[in-house]
Amino acid sequence: MPGIADSMRSKLETALSPIRLEIVDDSESHRGHGGYREGGESHFDMEIVSDAFNGVSRVARQRLVFDALKDELAGPVHALSLRCIAPIELD
Amino acid sequence: MTDAIQSQIKETVDTNDVVLFMKGTKHFPQCGFSSKVASVLSYLSVEFQDVNILESEEMRQGIKDFTNWPTTPQLYVKGEFVGGCDIVTEMTLSGELDTLLKEKGVTFDQEAANKVREANS
Repeated sequence: MPGIADSMRSKLETALSPIRLEIVDDSESHRGHGGYREGGESHFDMEIVSDAFNGVSRVARQRLVFDALKDELAGPVHALSLRCIAPIELD
Repeated sequence: MTDAIQSQIKETVDTNDVVLFMKGTKHFPQCGFSSKVASVLSYLSVEFQDVNILESEEMRQGIKDFTNWPTTPQLYVKGEFVGGCDIVTEMTLSGELDTLLKEKGVTFDQEAANKVREANS
């Protein structure tokens, strides 16, 4: 069975065709806090650059991500820290 | 989704200028993300109502349904959903939060907001 990060990557690639997609498992820094699980894959940091974010509000961008990952968020994933960037906003 | 909890949430965001749905309370946050947003608001001297979603399972689920947003914290200003920790942080650093608070007529400490940006630039 593929890991949660891999499965989220594949769903985001399908939904958003990202130009850049970084997924970092940050679970270890939440050890002992709510939602932490041995083995990690509960807290993730993501940076996503996608044309899908062009002209879209911050809230709506995150909703696009949440919609793509609703199964993970309803289950094993406790927290996502998101940076959703439109290509035009890159330095 | 129970109607009672949805009405209760609606009333809370309609009758308080600024509401933070969070894990724990502003004085005793129980999650790093909630703590961060509460700290920003406090630092900016924004008066806000905190709602501890851990107090009941109904509220915990109810706020997710109300906003159609899967995570907490959730910040509301004048009945409007602003975002969670990432969005509030980004908006604080970009100055958009200042603009929003001004537009909505919510009092905050402009000097403190400038200081946050200086410290993070």
